[in-house]
Amino acid sequence: MILNEELEAVRRGEQGEAMAKVLNTLIMYGEAFGAERMVKITGRMGHSVIGTGSLTWTPVFDLMDTLIGGGALPKQSFTTDPRGIEKQVPASIPEKAMFKLLFTNQKRMEEEWERMGIKDRNAYTCTAYMEEVGNIPKRGDILGWAESSAVSYANSVLGARCNRNSGILELMSNILGYVPEFGLLTDEGRKADWVIEVKCSELPEPQLLGSAIGFRCIEDVPYIKGLNAYLGNELTQKNRDYLKDMGAAAASNGSVGLYHVEDLTPEAAELKESLIREDAKHFVIDDAELKRVRDSYPDAWTSEGPPEMAFAGCPHFSVDQLLDWTERLRAGLKKHGKDKVTIPTVFCAAPDVSRRFEEDYPAEAGRLKGMGVTVSGLCPLSYTSNPLVEKKRIITASNKLRYYSKARFYSEKELVDIITGGDGHGKDI
Amino acid sequence: MARTFNGRVVVPGRVDGEALVTHTGFNTLASLKTAGSFLNKKGVIQDHNNPELYGKLMPGKVLCLPETIGSTTGGMVLYCAASMGVGPACMLFSKKADTRAVAGAVLTYNWSGHPIVLIDELGDEFLEYVKEGNHVSVCEDGKVEVEGD
Repeated sequence: MILNEELEAVRRGEQGEAMAKVLNTLIMYGEAFGAERMVKITGRMGHSVIGTGSLTWTPVFDLMDTLIGGGALPKQSFTTDPRGIEKQVPASIPEKAMFKLLFTNQKRMEEEWERMGIKDRNAYTCTAYMEEVGNIPKRGDILGWAESSAVSYANSVLGARCNRNSGILELMSNILGYVPEFGLLTDEGRKADWVIEVKCSELPEPQLLGSAIGFRCIEDVPYIKGLNAYLGNELTQKNRDYLKDMGAAAASNGSVGLYHVEDLTPEAAELKESLIREDAKHFVIDDAELKRVRDSYPDAWTSEGPPEMAFAGCPHFSVDQLLDWTERLRAGLKKHGKDKVTIPTVFCAAPDVSRRFEEDYPAEAGRLKGMGVTVSGLCPLSYTSNPLVEKKRIITASNKLRYYSKARFYSEKELVDIITGGDGHGKDI
Repeated sequence: MARTFNGRVVVPGRVDGEALVTHTGFNTLASLKTAGSFLNKKGVIQDHNNPELYGKLMPGKVLCLPETIGSTTGGMVLYCAASMGVGPACMLFSKKADTRAVAGAVLTYNWSGHPIVLIDELGDEFLEYVKEGNHVSVCEDGKVEVEGD
């Protein structure tokens, strides 16, 4: 790999041994993908996937200590993924004791992040690109982020350029201020390998459509046609939220790090079908395919009975989604003649998003609380890694949570119906 | 009958071990999220979406796979599993390895005393031929020998 003068000096050890080792790690990583040079990170902030002080990740926190001790610190501020637990989320005494054991590194990790220059104590979210959080890359920015859903959103909806970097590598990129140039950082790597035609009878739920795309494309780049018939050609907040959820699902069933939506996402709107490779494969997603995908989900509940807990907001909700789900729950409760949700329900959103929801929409925030819903900034994936929680009968409309836990998947419509006292199909229980 | 396959060396090393095989994407986080902790000291694979691997032991195995999928924690989960002695000894990809897997192996090579050897581009035929439990020998130059049944 050809290095510029600044990086040659780093390689000679002029910025310390740790920094030279960071560079060598990134060179080895880049060379595996044919990278010939390092390019400067131009995004204003980094984003890390490390937000939970998990016991299993102790080697990561040891490594972070080594980096700090060696003076290898990030060049810029950054946000990171959500914490695994928050006080307001209901948990029994044994569950709390287990959380304490599982997340034994939480305090250590947060202290390390502070020493490395994290944005602030509210910077723990998987949707740092929300306006309220403010880590919003510009089109064409070079990033060294991790967090599959955030990388997908930054690439696809914002038009930034970022590979699907792994945890630790994103930190090392941020420390060096450079990333190896390959894959989704290049024009060629951003071309579509698949044309996905959406031919459904109505707008598919984003998590289910994303799931079908992820199964089909795995790590390839899809060019999605037919969605703008439902979504239009403008990147409104509603459309951005739809794409956020669709992209997260495609990134968990598969590894899709970039998608183009015809006439909607920035590169597709400008470059049109020139983004599609000549040898691109074609696939149609219709109602039957969505049903096939959903039917393929394993049911991992370990006991039968009514649901014991519900999660929505994975990835974290926007303010618009909090408002929308508040209204959906209000309508559902009215339909079933109830005042409060029938099972403990947690909506997840970035701390800064929840704060704005409470400040700008106090009536709706009060209504949601009055219905018995907890709004939290936690990561439900980390939360459900507690074996005492995992064995509960949890329901969710998130494909990502379904994949990584034993939660049972329901469509958004079904989930709202069950939470508000229905059987999932509109009938009272 | 033994068969030899040639791949590209990403992280070099010599390994002799028992094959563990998946024909679908290996979700690293879902598989190894608690491996090495008091919840899963033995390193049992926990991805219930992958029936070929669910419930099997990972430590020291030669993991044969097409690609890894899912979370960008993947590389660091591999790094942690290797550092705690519950990672695979080697990963053999039929396709070109993906960013998370390469990151994990590169991290173990540079920062831990337990490097995961990574060879890729072994071809679809490799994954069709190798079976769970086969003895596999991996050489520094990317040559992979699979003992048949």
